[in-house]
Amino acid sequence: MSGMFGRFTNIVKAKMHRAMSEAEDPAEMLDYSFEKQMEMLQKVRRGIAEVATSKARIQGQLARLMDQSGRLDGQARQALTLGREDLARTALARKQTIETQARALAAQVEDLEAQQNRLLDGEARLSAKIDAFRTHKEVMKAQYSAAQAQVRISETASGLSEEMGDVQLAMQRAQDKTEQMQARATALEELVGSAALPEIGPGSGDDIDRELARLSAGDDVERQLEAMKRALPGGPEAPKQLESGESSTHD
Amino acid sequence: MIVRIQGSGQYRLDDAAQSELASIDARLVAALERGAADEAHTLLGQAVSLVQTHGAALPDDALSPSDLILPPADASLDEISIPLHPAPTQAPSSQ
Repeated sequence: MSGMFGRFTNIVKAKMHRAMSEAEDPAEMLDYSFEKQMEMLQKVRRGIAEVATSKARIQGQLARLMDQSGRLDGQARQALTLGREDLARTALARKQTIETQARALAAQVEDLEAQQNRLLDGEARLSAKIDAFRTHKEVMKAQYSAAQAQVRISETASGLSEEMGDVQLAMQRAQDKTEQMQARATALEELVGSAALPEIGPGSGDDIDRELARLSAGDDVERQLEAMKRALPGGPEAPKQLESGESSTHD
Repeated sequence: MIVRIQGSGQYRLDDAAQSELASIDARLVAALERGAADEAHTLLGQAVSLVQTHGAALPDDALSPSDLILPPADASLDEISIPLHPAPTQAPSSQ
């Protein structure tokens, strides 16, 4: 097939060939040792385990982010009861950032789960093919002349190496994806932790908390100030208007 | 013909399914030339599901090399290194 799929096939086979030539000496192909095949299988299994570990870590980070989001919601409420709409706004904005990104990450975790399952299937196929290859190799050596056996074993070896290449590529994809997600989750956690939000000024992670604590401790200077202003003659009711000023704009 | 779907194993396709696959492939080429990414994705999905539903899955221990390799249905165009080719003569589209 000469269309897009044919082109894709050529690209993939070239990549597999490169991946395989790193893993083995082509001259050894015919007698690709059982140990080496098992090494490859072990590598795949370790890769699968690493992906699972990373996934669990990302899920943990996600859970912490959702906790944070709940906390920010509480902070916003508290800020509102204290009459600090600006602080509430900041908390809600931060909460929204976290939730948007956490949701995107959660969707990616689901994708990763699907990839993980495909990896497990791939590992099972590879394992079955390695067993089959060992058997075929011996049978062919016994049944055919050396030259014929060489050709047939070569064919089956390329079937085996195709599966190895496929599993390796799938593993690479899963690992790359995991790394990207890990980086995003960590960046998000750092964002939440350092909270470089301009409305708050030079604060650290607990800037909203500190502000709220200050307010709830009855240290609300502004509120006291406001109360004092009200108590003064010529208070907030008519602080600037002059009764005897210019005439009104009414005609 | 033996077709591998990356990450999902190998399938044997009969002649009828092969020509159906070739027709999807031709439409995919056309979609990519037009720069129609969504359509290309739909066609890729159709190709993968055609192979999975009409093909006979090879046993796990089969050792035959594949004649054709398809990317997984959820692969991005970027991931499968298929470049988009928007028609060069096309006028810039309105907003």
